[in-house]
This record gives sequence, C-alpha cells and structure tokens, in this order.
Amino acid sequence: MSGPYDMVTARDMGLVACRRCARVWQMDQEVCGRCGAALASRDHTSLSRVWAWLVMGISFYIPANIYPMLSTTVLLRSTEDTIIGGAIELIHHDSVGIAIIILVASVLIPVAKFVAIAYLALSIRRSSDLSAQSRHRLYELVEYIGRWSMIDVFVVAILSSLVQLNVAASINPGVASLSFALSVIFTMLSAQAFDSRMIWDNIKSAKQNRDTAETIAS
Amino acid sequence: MSSASSPLTSDLTALIACPQCDAIYRVRDLDHTVEARCTRCHTELIAPRLKAGMVIIMLSLTTLILVFGALWFPFLEITRAGLSNSATLIDAALAFSSGPLMFLSLAVLAMIVLIPLARVLLTLYVLVPVVFDRPPRSRAAQAFRLSEDLRPWSMAEIFAIGCAVSLVKVADLARIEFGPAFWMFSAVVIIILIQDSYLCRWSVWASLEPENEPKNEQER
Ligand SMILES: [Zn+2]
Ligand SMILES: [Zn+2]
Repeated sequence: MSGPYDMVTARDMGLVACRRCARVWQMDQEVCGRCGAALASRDHTSLSRVWAWLVMGISFYIPANIYPMLSTTVLLRSTEDTIIGGAIELIHHDSVGIAIIILVASVLIPVAKFVAIAYLALSIRRSSDLSAQSRHRLYELVEYIGRWSMIDVFVVAILSSLVQLNVAASINPGVASLSFALSVIFTMLSAQAFDSRMIWDNIKSAKQNRDTAETIAS
Repeated sequence: MSSASSPLTSDLTALIACPQCDAIYRVRDLDHTVEARCTRCHTELIAPRLKAGMVIIMLSLTTLILVFGALWFPFLEITRAGLSNSATLIDAALAFSSGPLMFLSLAVLAMIVLIPLARVLLTLYVLVPVVFDRPPRSRAAQAFRLSEDLRPWSMAEIFAIGCAVSLVKVADLARIEFGPAFWMFSAVVIIILIQDSYLCRWSVWASLEPENEPKNEQER
C-alpha cells in the first residue's frame, strides 16, 4: 500500500491546500490568509466549468475554419484565405516547412486539445487506461502548448499592419481571426478550470483493483 | 524529500502542498538549497537560486527600458516595387481596427505589451522591499497573485515567433526587414523567459507570510 504514488495528501490530513501559493490551512478555512486566493479542497464546480468553456471553444473553432483568416490584394486582384487554404497556398509556393507549422499550430494542436481536455474530464468520473502520471503529463502538455495556437492570430496582425502598399499589395484581417482567437482563449480557460488534483484522487482504489487483477492472473 | 506522514498540524507553515496533485511535504524535510519537486507529479515546489532577487530586479528594469524602446522604433519594414511601409509594435497590435475586430486589437495589445509590462511592474512592487529587507508592501500578496494569474496570458514569445512566420509567408510578395524594435523585443522575450525560470515562487510567498519575518536566504 506504500507505493511511491500513494502519498499523503492535504485532504487526507483534514487540511486544504492553496493552489496559488501552496500554503496549507485547516479544512474550514475559505480564503488563503497568505495570498487571498479562494480555497477548496476539491473544486466540485471544476468539471462543469471545464465542459462549458470547452463547448464555447469548439463552437468558435468551427467558424474559424469556414471564414477567411485574411484577404490579400495584389494589383487589385483580391484573394481570401482560410486557415487550411492558406496552408495549401504555402505548399504550392514550396514553403512546406511553414505550411506544416501553420497546420500544426492551427489545426492539429486545437483539435488535439479539445480531445485531450474531454478525455481528462471524462477520466475523472470513470476508470482510465492511462496512469495518473501519464494523465498529469497530458494535462501539463495541454496547459503549456495551448497558448501557442495564438501564433496564427499574431501572424494576421503583423501582416495586416505591415503589408499596406496601396495598389501594389495589401493584406487585411478576416472575421475568422476573431473566432479563432476566441476559440484559443476559451480553450485555455477550459484547461485552467480543470482541478488536476482530481486525477490523483482515485489512484488508490485503481491500484487496489490492479493488485487484485495481478493476484488473479498469477 | 519525504511525505509528511506524522504531521504537526499545529504548525501549518511548516507544510507545503503540491498545487497540482495535493501531495503534502514538510518544508524542513526539503533541502532549501536544492530544487525540490513533487515526487509523484514532478511539479516544481522550491527553486532556490543564490541572490536571485537582485538578478530579477535588474532584469525587470532592463525589460522596462527595452519595452519602451521597442514601442518607439520601427518594428518591421517592407519594400515592394519601390513602395515601402514600416510598422511599429503598436501598429501590429492595432491592425484589427474595423468593427467587431476591435476586440482582437485590444486582446493582442494586452497579450504582447500590456500584460508583460504589468507583470514586470508587479514583480518590482513585490520584490524590491523583500530584497532590501524592508517589510513587504501592504498589497504585495494581491500583486503577486495577479502577476501569477496573468502569466499564461503574457504571449510576447509567441508573437516573436509569429514575426518569423510572417517573414516567410510574404517572402515572394515583398521583402521584409527587421527594425531596431524587433531586436529590442526579442531581448525582452529572452529576459522574461530567464526571469520566470529564476523566480522561486515558494520563497516569495514565504517572505509575504503575514505575521512572520522574511526568513529565507534566497531573496537577500
Ligand atoms: Zn494562498
Ligand atoms: Zn504533485
């Protein structure tokens, strides 16, 4: 029963930990006396907030892919590019490397993030094939990498402010840039709402199940 | 580092709980001079670095000067068929100026300039009294909490990579050159990254403990 991952938690000791400054208080304390953050041993509203932000994030991601991110006007000829259209354009211009960066940052990462957050939220209620450590690592990855999706919005901002050369060439932002930015922001809020301590809460019972299974197998 | 199995719950300041997984440790079991990580989820708990406080203050002041430089000078310049245009950092942030895209301008301005700047000022407000052995400012805890809350929304480094991507994207449309502000901004990005890795959050919080005197050697 004393495996390296069965550790005494603040909750086991009847204490509540501050997630902002790591200070520990008696369970009935409501606000951290050191940093002023609200205290909750386990945030029971966490999962519903995770789902609410996630749904918002996904619903803004759909128009972000349908409408143009930017419109380019060269010598009075105007073209509008969606995220995927822009990447295909780059491949035609032999900039495969940049096309891959755009596709990873704007398509692969957002979609992988939706799936990962939904998986983590579901794994709290039911059992999971992944260990707590792997799920925690997945959570850290989602938190770390999510911000990088903003890169596409920044590229649109840089290009639209810079490429303003009258009739010779001009680039203007499209509406998709707004819904893409909102999708990234809502998905970040969804990941932040997740209380990662819940990942570790049921590992004791899960470990007992596994021990029983091993005994039966041998 | 060992899990606190027989705790003295009367002295809660001696305990430190992992903010990510709730595992609890006794601070005196953790060596103050080496980095301490949670044994099961590997979250950093203590990251002491000698004289880090002074280094962080110096870096913050440098950042302040560089940010104002980066706002003033041209950021990127473009030329095509004899026509040229230059954009400052503010121009880039305010590129979305029409209708509902206004919101995006404000968000971009906040993420690449205002939030990084606010975090520098908040860090100075919190750390200067601690480093010079003065009692902490009355709102230091709120200031440091705000600075930590803003951390994921400070996106200067992502914007810098965005510049490189833009450069390649319009390579066959026009020629882009980096202005002096771009190099200042890149320096700011690197300083912010160093600063965040140097800051031991536990030591700062311990020094802001209400009735306790600051008693850790790291910030002096
Ligand atoms: Zn606290
Ligand atoms: Zn931990």
